[in-house]
Amino acid sequence: MGLAKRIIPCLDVDNGRVVKGVKFVEIRDAGDPVENARRYNLEGADEITFLDITASSDNRDTMVHVVEAVASEVFIPLTVGGGIREVADVRRMLNAGADKVGINTAAVFNPDFVKQAADRFGSQCIVVAVDAKKVSKDDEEDRWEIFTHGGRKGTGIDALEWVEKMDRYGAGEILLTSMDRDGTKQGFDNDLTRSVSEAVKIPVIASGGVGNLQHMADGVLKGKADAVLAASIFHFGEYRISEVKDYMKAQGIEVRD
Amino acid sequence: MQTIAVIDYGMGNLRSVTKALEHVVDKDQQVILTSSQAEIASADKIVFPGQGAARDCMAAIDQYELRETIVDAARNKPFLGICMGMQVLVHESEENGGTACLGVFPGEVRYFGDDLHDADGERLKVPHMGWNQVGQTRAHPLWQGIDDQSRFYFVHSYYLETEAPELEIGHCDYGQPFTCAIANDNVFAMQCHPEKSADAGLQLLTNFAQWDGQA
Repeated sequence: MGLAKRIIPCLDVDNGRVVKGVKFVEIRDAGDPVENARRYNLEGADEITFLDITASSDNRDTMVHVVEAVASEVFIPLTVGGGIREVADVRRMLNAGADKVGINTAAVFNPDFVKQAADRFGSQCIVVAVDAKKVSKDDEEDRWEIFTHGGRKGTGIDALEWVEKMDRYGAGEILLTSMDRDGTKQGFDNDLTRSVSEAVKIPVIASGGVGNLQHMADGVLKGKADAVLAASIFHFGEYRISEVKDYMKAQGIEVRD
Repeated sequence: MQTIAVIDYGMGNLRSVTKALEHVVDKDQQVILTSSQAEIASADKIVFPGQGAARDCMAAIDQYELRETIVDAARNKPFLGICMGMQVLVHESEENGGTACLGVFPGEVRYFGDDLHDADGERLKVPHMGWNQVGQTRAHPLWQGIDDQSRFYFVHSYYLETEAPELEIGHCDYGQPFTCAIANDNVFAMQCHPEKSADAGLQLLTNFAQWDGQA
């Protein structure tokens, strides 16, 4: 027995409200971040990730209040991503009660930002979110590239070189999303996950594409992920976190009961 | 009114610690976040958190002129060290090419290494991040109501190697067994984060809030 593989539900927050909120029977307000987080905590979530999808930067402070409210009631690690562009953003979220912040696009445009944030606050709270898409042809060796803007813009940066660099720059963790699989419900890109996991010394969270319980287990068994993240399968109540854990446990994966 | 002071020296996620404490304290207890020598000296109980690198933590402690105050508190009242707040209680850390620490207890802090494997030969990542099982080496008032081998949340790349095995109160395993909690008289200090460890962690903080400092 040892370290458990983590199951992480992800909630999208727009202007302080959870979108695609959990359809729990008992929940009074499906859009309330605190209620959603509390429910996930009760079900055994090992961490919770909030993704701020608020388009306008005028409303950024809303997310700070969301984090403050959740951190006052839910005592498991909280990660906040979306709109983290400078050291001041990191500080604001940590002060509000976030344990980790996810840095995505800003890292691509300014890799030194990751270094600065890790130096200032410690690697343990810096998660670099990586959106990768396969660019190799079928008859070529697998190759993935980093994309920004929700997978629309290629950067020409090789995904494996990028994660090694982020590891060296002080990232504490990689949140890896396959843009080919995101939203497809066909499962993680386990070749991508395994390649990334083997390339770095830090933990890797697999994301993008989960449609069923086997997909979650495969992220660990085939993708060698240290944690698996999913959004929609939890949102719509298709699966409970406890079901995921039971399923993974039955496949020999160590989870937190 | 009893005061639990969380020491603020600019390092780490102090809001999580204070929020979790506020959640568990009695009505006649208050939680304060403070950098003041006087407030720390007059508080009834001390929580000493910490995150980041050892060198930065020690530099911050000195910048806030809290070295004596922290060492004094660790000698005379219920004192809970968390994460880096545990690590800097010993003599020295290997981190940052060697960092002299507070020296309240004998011991050194060492890096897990880049070639860590579990019993099945699977490579283990560093930092050790996530929920691992904590074995209770001995009974202690702070373990009350917490099952042996309960899972707590960890995030660290360095671990404590104590030269005084009798200090160990909790142990963990990550590629190798290591001491994850120490206790001596009025001090209890742990590598993992009770403020982020759901029910087990809240129980530990509750126990601390009620602890009289007697082992």
